[in-house]
Amino acid sequence: MSTLNFNILSLLIWLPILGGAGVLALGGDERAPLIRKASLAAAVAVFLLSLPLYTGFDTTTAAMQFTEHFEWVPAFNINYHLGVDGISMPLIILTTFLTIIVVIAAWQVIQEKVAQYMAAFLIMEGLMIGVFCALDAIVFYVFWEAMLVPMFLIIGIWGGPNRVYATIKFFLYTLLGSLLMLVAFIYLYNHSGSFSILDFQDMSIPFAVQLWLFFAFFAAFAVKVPMFPVHTWLPDAHVEAPTGGSVILAAITLKMGAYGFLRFSLPILPDASQALAGFMIVLALIAVVYISLVALVQEDMKKLVAYSSIAHMGFVILGFFIFNARGIEGGLIQMISHGFISGALFLCVGVMYDRLHSRQIADYGGVANRMPVFAAFMMLFAMANAGLPGTSGFVGEFLVILGAFEVNPWYAVLAATTLIFGAAYTLWMYKRVIFGEVANEKVANLTDATPREVFFLALLAFAVLGLGLWPYPFLEVMHASVENLVIQASATKL
Amino acid sequence: MNLDFTPLIPEMFVAGMACVILVVDLYLRDSQRIATFVLSVATLVVAAVLCIWDSGTSSRVVMNGMFVDDSFADVLKAAISLLTAVVFIYSRDYAIKRDFFRGEYFVLGLFAVVGMFVMVSAAHLLTLYLGLELLSLCLYVMVAFRRDSAWSSEAAMKYFVLGAIGSGMMLYGMSLLYGLTGSLNMEEIRLAIAAHPTNDLVLILGLIFVLVSMAFKLGAVPFHMWVPDVYQGAPTAATLFVSTAPKIAAFAMMIRLLAGTLGDLHDAWGDMVIVMALLSIAIGNTIAIAQANLKRMLAYSAISHMGFMLLGVLTGTAAGYSAAMFYVLVYAFVGMGGFGMIVLLSRAGFEAEEMDDWKGLNRAHPWYAFLMLLLMISMAGIPPTIGFFAKLNVFQVVIEAGLVWVAVVAVLFAVVGAFYYLRVIKLMYFDEPVGDAPVVDTPQDTRVLLGINACAVVLLLPVIAPIQAMCVDAVNSLAFLAGG
Repeated sequence: MSTLNFNILSLLIWLPILGGAGVLALGGDERAPLIRKASLAAAVAVFLLSLPLYTGFDTTTAAMQFTEHFEWVPAFNINYHLGVDGISMPLIILTTFLTIIVVIAAWQVIQEKVAQYMAAFLIMEGLMIGVFCALDAIVFYVFWEAMLVPMFLIIGIWGGPNRVYATIKFFLYTLLGSLLMLVAFIYLYNHSGSFSILDFQDMSIPFAVQLWLFFAFFAAFAVKVPMFPVHTWLPDAHVEAPTGGSVILAAITLKMGAYGFLRFSLPILPDASQALAGFMIVLALIAVVYISLVALVQEDMKKLVAYSSIAHMGFVILGFFIFNARGIEGGLIQMISHGFISGALFLCVGVMYDRLHSRQIADYGGVANRMPVFAAFMMLFAMANAGLPGTSGFVGEFLVILGAFEVNPWYAVLAATTLIFGAAYTLWMYKRVIFGEVANEKVANLTDATPREVFFLALLAFAVLGLGLWPYPFLEVMHASVENLVIQASATKL
Repeated sequence: MNLDFTPLIPEMFVAGMACVILVVDLYLRDSQRIATFVLSVATLVVAAVLCIWDSGTSSRVVMNGMFVDDSFADVLKAAISLLTAVVFIYSRDYAIKRDFFRGEYFVLGLFAVVGMFVMVSAAHLLTLYLGLELLSLCLYVMVAFRRDSAWSSEAAMKYFVLGAIGSGMMLYGMSLLYGLTGSLNMEEIRLAIAAHPTNDLVLILGLIFVLVSMAFKLGAVPFHMWVPDVYQGAPTAATLFVSTAPKIAAFAMMIRLLAGTLGDLHDAWGDMVIVMALLSIAIGNTIAIAQANLKRMLAYSAISHMGFMLLGVLTGTAAGYSAAMFYVLVYAFVGMGGFGMIVLLSRAGFEAEEMDDWKGLNRAHPWYAFLMLLLMISMAGIPPTIGFFAKLNVFQVVIEAGLVWVAVVAVLFAVVGAFYYLRVIKLMYFDEPVGDAPVVDTPQDTRVLLGINACAVVLLLPVIAPIQAMCVDAVNSLAFLAGG
């Protein structure tokens, strides 16, 4: 167990939220330089604070670590109960790492309402960490829903021309799913007498009820992931969101949906999960194959990356619902890897957009002639997105395909098409944008990445290669928890 | 004969002070009018203290069975007086700018408070009716306070006519109950009904009339038609008043009469209340989307909130009543903030009640936009706000009562409702301002109080447990629940 004797998880949640409030209090745009520095300081501080989670983590147990438990609403047995295991801990570090990148990426791009922008991301960071550590369903729900508000503002204030439509669609879509999940929580509470997620995992539930609850959870998590056919909010939200918003959406909020399946659906409703595994796998494979084909025909780079995210998340869901340790570990690695890669690709699109103010593939061509350093970085991320061995994209996909092969070779064959389609849409886009003759005057006037841009791209490149070449540190921390989850998901709770 | 007057001290104090203020006001010049205001607010604060002060542990029925004093009444009365005190503070500046900062406004408000106190403590149908009428008559006049405004007069006329119909229904229902049980004492009626076959048609008819009149007073569908017109037409200060404390009094009436006296007929009224609650939530939330006037939108929002409150009542359990009580207190508090924001942004000749007036508020006044954002997400029931916990409570009791489908329908319409609250946020944050930025020239005390009011929807979260426990204790002090 932890040797840290202070409440590190609470600190990780509340420090960025208070930091966000502090940044807001700094004032308007006339003090923007100070606001930027303060936000970066807060984000770095939170990242450094999150590192002890890794160094102090006990890899031999599946039990919750760094736990905190305070009574909140005794009448409903709601407790402020936090803790992390091998599944949630890496996601927290991913969150704290990417928030730094988002703050740096906004340095020059955001010139209006800087304080509100930075505060929104810092507050989001705290809320997302809260989602990953909550062990009480209501605490989880509060963080899960509260996160919608800053994201709503981020897309709506700093987004593109059709931002209002996109952000309201995003909000209402997610809210509907989440409220059904709330009904499921209350139902579980009425039968277990507590809102503790760990108690939910221990109670027995009749099969018919499990099915209903599964669909209630499905409504919340599938929308967030997003799975086919409830994915339509994502391309809209991504295209309209500012770069930072897209990064956080793709890299972290999508992961919350997948995390929900692991934390709630599989261990609480194992029988329904087993019974509906075929259904989930079919939806996941549709996402992998069909959405990849959709990505192929996109003309907007951001939309292409957005569809590619849906396809990759389909892979994650496939890994979860084949019920073996390889698949789940592969899915988790894929989640983290996709966090880095999709974040990096959105940032690459953002770098070009800031110069040319277009996301259309047709407006580009021959960018490599003017931006060689940038092109090299983007090449790496494009390859990683296609699942090139040596990059993080490969590890997760390989493990999932391996796990799927054990269950049903056909799953593996269909899933493996992602390696082809993924390469096709990513590299084709890359070829059209980066290679060839300089397409037009605007491209000819491009300047290469600034040191600031090189810095954050290099950080992400380091992460992508590191995770790809040596995934052991990540696999090691999640192993015990995943083994335990496989046992929970295979046991019957009737 | 029990003539113990001590439980009536808060009522007597407020009524006495209202008369004193009426006389004092006669001797004040316009420039000294502020004294009337200070005296009124002080009266309400003292009344709140008196309510809590004599808060006995058990329920006491005094005045020959006319009046009951229990902690349910104490808590609600304290809430009514404190909310009204804040409403007076919010409306002062508004009234000054519109030239109706007169003693009568505050005296009427105080008499309305007395009426609400009497309603909350009624143990006899006549007491109940007296309190209700005292409240209603004061409200009619307050709505009509800007007599030069056609909107205001029309609203008051509608309110008066429909209110009179509601009262008539109530009287007819009461007379049927009296005819059947031979008593007007609420406890005696309850005992008589317990010994009576509950499928008696006359009894059910009496119940329906009583229920309809309560729906009128609450503004629940299908008896909600007056709400939007009155909310829109009344001067905002009066809307602020109508939308806060009277909701609490109507809730208390519902608990005393429906849950208490007619509690044994739960099989009959449970289903009726389900229909009313779901219709209120559905129609309130759907029609609110089409509104271009913020006061009107908040009126439809109030209708839907009354529907959510009824969800707690319809379960017929103590847990359900305390969930409903928590809901109505939270709603009154948050609704007060919402109308308070309209009052804050309005100034002489500018009402800030059209949606377009709120466009781009974030640019000129980020702090007020943020406060309104908090109030809106709390009304929508999105965490981390007390509005979420209020909804969580009622959903929990409804699901516990086995009515999962009711909760699911309510949840679906809560999503519809979220849309129009989001639209206000959208106007403030995403749109460009129309014309000049609104000037906020409201006095400092109002601004600070409103800031506290709005921030409290989040900052109260750590202490939500004691507030809930207070509601549970208050409901458990009701004699009909304690006596079984």
